[in-house]
Amino acid sequence: MKTKSVWTRKDLLGLEPLTREELELLLATAESFKEVIGRTVKKVPALRGKTIVNLFYEPSTRTRVSFEIAAKRLSADVINIATESSSVRKGETLIDTGRNIEALKVDLIVVRHNCSGAAAMLARHLRASVINAGDGWHEHPTQALLDMFTLKEKLGRLEGIRVSIVGDIAHSRVARSNIWGLTKMGAHVTVCAPPLLVPPGIERMGVHVTSSIEEALDGADAINVLRMQFERDTGEAFPKQLEYFKTYGITVERLKKAKENLLVMHPGPINRGIEMASDVADGVNSVILEQVTNGIAVRMAVLFLVAQANEPEKKSEKKNGTKR
Amino acid sequence: MKILIRQGRVVDPANGIDEVRDVLVDNGVVADSGRQITKDADTVIDAAGKIVIPGIIDMHVHLREPGREDKETVATGTRAALAGGVTTVLAMPNTDPAMDGVENVRRLSDIVGKTAVARVLVSGAMTLGRAGREPVAAKDLKRAGVVALTDDGSSVDDPEVMKAVLQAAKEAKLLVICHCEDRGISGRGVVNLGYMSTRLGLQGIPRQAEVKRVERDIELAGMTGCPIHIAHVSCRESVDLIWRAKEKGMRITAETAPHYFSLTEEALASDHAPHTENEKEIEFDRAEFGVVGLETELAVAITELIEKHVLGWPQVVERLCVGPARVLGYGRGHLKAGAPADIAVVDPAAAWEVTKNGFVSKSRNSAFLGRTLKGRVTHTILDGEVVFARQ
Repeated sequence: MKTKSVWTRKDLLGLEPLTREELELLLATAESFKEVIGRTVKKVPALRGKTIVNLFYEPSTRTRVSFEIAAKRLSADVINIATESSSVRKGETLIDTGRNIEALKVDLIVVRHNCSGAAAMLARHLRASVINAGDGWHEHPTQALLDMFTLKEKLGRLEGIRVSIVGDIAHSRVARSNIWGLTKMGAHVTVCAPPLLVPPGIERMGVHVTSSIEEALDGADAINVLRMQFERDTGEAFPKQLEYFKTYGITVERLKKAKENLLVMHPGPINRGIEMASDVADGVNSVILEQVTNGIAVRMAVLFLVAQANEPEKKSEKKNGTKR
Repeated sequence: MKILIRQGRVVDPANGIDEVRDVLVDNGVVADSGRQITKDADTVIDAAGKIVIPGIIDMHVHLREPGREDKETVATGTRAALAGGVTTVLAMPNTDPAMDGVENVRRLSDIVGKTAVARVLVSGAMTLGRAGREPVAAKDLKRAGVVALTDDGSSVDDPEVMKAVLQAAKEAKLLVICHCEDRGISGRGVVNLGYMSTRLGLQGIPRQAEVKRVERDIELAGMTGCPIHIAHVSCRESVDLIWRAKEKGMRITAETAPHYFSLTEEALASDHAPHTENEKEIEFDRAEFGVVGLETELAVAITELIEKHVLGWPQVVERLCVGPARVLGYGRGHLKAGAPADIAVVDPAAAWEVTKNGFVSKSRNSAFLGRTLKGRVTHTILDGEVVFARQ
């Protein structure tokens, strides 16, 4: 099963471009780091001397803290930049901001941005590694990796499992990354949402589409419940909160018809009583907090592999340095 | 000055010609064309293996002057045109200031007179400041030389205002070019709604944003009897509406841009929309809309339409030359003896890569960067002078 593959990408921008072998390597690497974070001394020197910047253009606590802890467990130096405190407000472009950070001799930039494609654009212009911590509605690869890691840990495999993603698929980068990652690993993915929140052509990404929560739960090994972002400016195009809970909310009642050991996942933060009932979030099926823990291991793996791939080749450096 | 273009495949659909011929240009006009011309000439262009077509008439070009000379000027835009075999452009009026009054049009005509190297037709705005509220003085603009009215880049939302514009344009005998977009529907969308917008996680623009506005503008055109031309049509439903209106006898025409190819209206226009790198090298959904096209439109048409057997040469020339001339009531776009000699000589087999540094235009925001296209203009002749020859 273990394929001997090498990670060669300087950036992690999404799961769409990755091969199954690369995904397997990421998950296997995360597995070894999970052992590290369980120790009493939770630190390895893998990225000692490396500097990582968390460049966040959107408010985020859990993803940023998770990346920060992951970096620190690898002995890297971490700096957090949030838009409020940067010169972004003075009109600096994303590329200029990136170049300035790079000029500070930073090795990795973890970027969260509200525009789809922002991380990819930054990566095109920088030699530093860029890790996408969420770009618009496009991708959130480390979230999907931690979801996949959790699934694999709990179910022992990804091949052939049935996962349903429920909620606002149209505006969800978590959904997109999960779809790419899971389908590449051979899982069966169903997306379930009110019709207005199903983006056109999503079935071409290899998923089954339904607007029936009963169908989504039936036979599923896991259900990944997305946060309903009622605060987002998407107009009145979907049912109101209570209506949503009635039609799509995950309740103990609904779980009775599902597999007994169904895994209940959520990328957080949870809207209790909107997409999920409190007793489900805290119930025996919930692996939500384990997802959070696994996030550190997965992000350590990503930082580690990407940093290694971006090491300047010693040979060519020597050649340039010793030219007489 | 006599120019003899020898043994090229002359494609001149307006005159039903598609065969290997010699073309003699003398004194600014097409003097003769036939199987073999033995007369002397000052310049002989060996066109064996090449295609000889009328100079392209591109009815959708943003020259950006005055106001955004950092993106393009009349001088650079018309030089780019010649490099693409385009001899006449219709300049869009969304300049700064907009072409909404006689003074501004005179100012542009003055710049054109001094700096243009291709022929420039000027269009006027439909409403003052292109704000969609107050119609311009159409007859004054006509007298100042504009050939059409358009608020290109935006659509007039208020149907009463649009009706007033069409009424005034009809009286002034001016064509109205409609940019059909209902912003109530398109909202903040940045790409066509569909699998691509889903995959890229970008806000999609539903086709209805275009279709609904095409429908409305056709209706208003019918009420006023004003001829309209629908710019950059991008979807099937709009084409159907336009066809139905045509069948009813309405004077309505349409164009599409090569980056929306595969549709077949009477005109292909580049929608040459130069933007600086500053405005393009930013987050996708904050970037300016549009791409440059003057230098690539013919090659894109050859690569995507001719090479893929969607259209033949006569049909492509029909859409690049004859159609636009007809829509604009402009007496060029053909090679009949006595016609002004606007000609492009094209090497259909030349493969070339689109690169940033290869552009004559001031801007490089091409959708085709890095792509290899087939077909390249080797000579452009304007009013009987060789104004462009590729080295």
